[in-house]
Amino acid sequence: MPNPDNKNLLRCTVNGKEHEQSIPDNLLLVDYLREYLGLTGTKIGCDGGECGCCTVLLDGAPRHACLTLAAVCDDARVETIESLDTRGRLSAIQRGFHEKLGAQCGFCTPGMVMAAEALLRGNPAPSEDQIRRGMAANICRCTGYVKIIEAVQYAAAEIGADQEAAQ
Amino acid sequence: MNEISKPVHSIGVAKPLIDGPEKVSGKAMYSADFIPDDCLVGRIFRSPVSHAEIINVDISKAAALPGVVAVITGDDCDETYGILPIARFEYPLARDRVRYRGEPVACVAAVDVESAAAAIDLIEFTYKELPAYYTSEDAMADGAIDLHEHRPGNIERDVEYELGDVDAGMEDADLVMEQNYNCAEVCQVQSEPHAAIAEYDPERGTMTVHASTQVPYYVHLMLAKTLKMDKSRIHMIKPKIGGGFGCRTECLNVELICALAARAAEGTVRLVASREETFITHRGRQETDVWMKIGLKKDGTIAAVDFKAVMRGGGYSGYGIVTILYAGSLIYGMYDFEACRYRGLRVLTNTPPPGAMRGHGTVDVRYAFESLLDEMAVELGLDPFTVRRKNLLVAPTFTFNDLMINSYALGECMDWVEEKSGWKERKGKMGPLRGLGLGCSHYPSGASKPVNWTGEPHATVHLKLDWDGSITILTGAPEIGQGSDTVMTQCVAEVLGLDMSRLRILSSDSKLTPKDNGSYSSRVTYMVGNASIDAATKLKTILVEAAAKKLDAKPEDIECLGETYRAASQDEGLSWDEVVYAALEGEGTITVKGNFDTIPESWGTKKYRGGAIGGSMAYAYAAEVVEVSIDPDTAQITVEKVWAAQDVGRALNPLSVEGQIQGSVWMGMGQAISEETLYHEGLPISASMLDYRVPTIIESPPIETGIIESIDPHGPFGAKEAGETALAAFIPALTNAIADAIGVRPLDLPVTPDRLLALMEKKAVETKDAAE
Repeated sequence: MPNPDNKNLLRCTVNGKEHEQSIPDNLLLVDYLREYLGLTGTKIGCDGGECGCCTVLLDGAPRHACLTLAAVCDDARVETIESLDTRGRLSAIQRGFHEKLGAQCGFCTPGMVMAAEALLRGNPAPSEDQIRRGMAANICRCTGYVKIIEAVQYAAAEIGADQEAAQ
Repeated sequence: MNEISKPVHSIGVAKPLIDGPEKVSGKAMYSADFIPDDCLVGRIFRSPVSHAEIINVDISKAAALPGVVAVITGDDCDETYGILPIARFEYPLARDRVRYRGEPVACVAAVDVESAAAAIDLIEFTYKELPAYYTSEDAMADGAIDLHEHRPGNIERDVEYELGDVDAGMEDADLVMEQNYNCAEVCQVQSEPHAAIAEYDPERGTMTVHASTQVPYYVHLMLAKTLKMDKSRIHMIKPKIGGGFGCRTECLNVELICALAARAAEGTVRLVASREETFITHRGRQETDVWMKIGLKKDGTIAAVDFKAVMRGGGYSGYGIVTILYAGSLIYGMYDFEACRYRGLRVLTNTPPPGAMRGHGTVDVRYAFESLLDEMAVELGLDPFTVRRKNLLVAPTFTFNDLMINSYALGECMDWVEEKSGWKERKGKMGPLRGLGLGCSHYPSGASKPVNWTGEPHATVHLKLDWDGSITILTGAPEIGQGSDTVMTQCVAEVLGLDMSRLRILSSDSKLTPKDNGSYSSRVTYMVGNASIDAATKLKTILVEAAAKKLDAKPEDIECLGETYRAASQDEGLSWDEVVYAALEGEGTITVKGNFDTIPESWGTKKYRGGAIGGSMAYAYAAEVVEVSIDPDTAQITVEKVWAAQDVGRALNPLSVEGQIQGSVWMGMGQAISEETLYHEGLPISASMLDYRVPTIIESPPIETGIIESIDPHGPFGAKEAGETALAAFIPALTNAIADAIGVRPLDLPVTPDRLLALMEKKAVETKDAAE
């Protein structure tokens, strides 16, 4: 039985906000986000590393929050699904998943959207094959992935158009 | 002067889901997302053996552990539950006997996960093991002991019928062939594991339950039964649901155990099943052995069908009796034939109970039928399209087992996939190791006779119009991700000519919304859609009459232009606010009710026992062409592309319809090539998403979707079911494509590379022997 008295002081930035909290050393990042911070957008869909529903960005890279100890996030920057909209306005990727029906039941969606976020930050104009490889750690049971690919393509086009307009 | 508005159309328009913004931003709340500060953690103690008499469940040490608030066992509930009133034999926590490995035996409610887990380890379970049966054959063997005393020989249900003269039909046929098919057990693996949160108020003696379910009303009934509480003291709420596909189309033990534990603890208990527990709770598609025999005339006309299905039914009935009846009745409704004989056996075994997975009852039998039909077409030198076209129904008609067919565009579906896939130009010219296959399927739009017959309408919807000019749709119909909230809003908006933004929908809250049977058998769009139209039509009548009074005109002269109501002769008319005020003046807030009932002609046949199962107001149809390539060394199957056309009556929301068809096709692909639950002496060995192979985005093919609209005369705006039909057609389309590609026809599912490689090697040996 883990010893709940084994506590560490965790200092990290979650969605741009600094947090400092004493946590058990066996606490998973996904439980820290959901139960300590109330950020329930990050979902738990399996018993560890199988489904991708808990995908978050840790210092910009996609990570399974269910396979990550909260304690290792000391001094790190964590981004979750709750960080993507701008004061209630959907991001291009979120809009893509909404408009193109990349989300049906929506349970895998936060993880899917975060995986797409990581993909498009690194590669703003991915090929279909690159989208498939970038999203391969995430399982969806509703869509057959057809509309998920369309959602990411929609978002990539939107982001591309925005960047062109900005130049 | 008022601005004259125009009616807005919502039907037939591609609409993103109205709850999409919450889903893509993490704001949507699913059952496990409710985490009150003071809630207790529920954990289930499960049977370590497949079949045993329970001697004792000693919870004294567990209950004494600090942090443990309550421990419950089978002693805490002597009421059974189950979906079918005639087959309720399951207890929330086992009593007397356990019948499958992982069956719940006890539950702990503790202040944290650590205490709950420690308490589970302190439960002392003593039992006497009994012989266990993991296959239908073993359970039916002579000398096998009965799992349930009232089911001798472990036969849950033995059904049969013979319609027409089957033997004469076979005699008359030019080609008669038969085959045996084995379809492995599969599971929904919906994204969201089962979860429930139950709050017991000891002061008032009331219970509030949030749970991941497709059938909150059935859960409500079973909560009342097992808790022995008056129904009115229970508040049942369905939050957002992470997929269903039939895995929670009946009340599960999770919800019941959670509520029993909450009452024992006099507090709030949160019970979140792990993925492994979700697999064990099961209710997927049972393993089925199908023996299929068809007689064909030279031109492809079906002369007679004779078939048998044996289903491994697990430890408890669940939907089993319905499943075995569906398998028999829904052989009809696709093609025009008369003579058919069916025998179905639903067997009780020491495995987790299956349920009503997407395509309930039809999928495995349809696979066998379409596979054998294809094989026979080859034998007769007929094109697979030709043999099917020879046997099309002509609507309106009744099938030989009295299924009412009012709309039928299977022929058009076939035309679409034939053209889009380039079948005529490409079939047989694709080179080695690549092939095309065709498969077809159908599915009802809701069962015409409900499971629980109370005499109430099949669907009831309320609309509330208030002084703020907004309309709230109140429906018990569970939104489970299929988009029912969106389509109901579209239906109401269309009738009133209003923009959907004027409407809000509230679904599945037992204290606010009218009772609804739930999201299963593709009933919601058809039945609740019709009830929504009925309610909106009644509201429109009220608004028209109010406008007529205000404008001093006759109601029949009032023109409704969405947000403007005017008498035909007048130009200005009443604005929306004005007509709402006119309607509410002296009346107050208005609530109208819409209902839907099925018509008796759709209730199925009286020609054989159980003939009501399969009866529906409308059937949807699908045709699919699959293109595959096979690796000659590894037998790896690559699905290159799928063309899927479905007759959905009318696509109320073409975006959603496409999504449903693609999802169904893809789920069929999983069953066809990789998915299979496996047990080692009853121990689930595929109860994770690594061991149970759901296709990933890498191996998922492009799916081109064709929407065919036959406009059903009774459907809401002509619509039929969209979410289940297309699953079954994929499977035979795939095996038929494999046969086309390499001349080897797989019979057993899933067609994994090792299975296919064995078939390819066998064929290579046979070819070599023949050559020598």
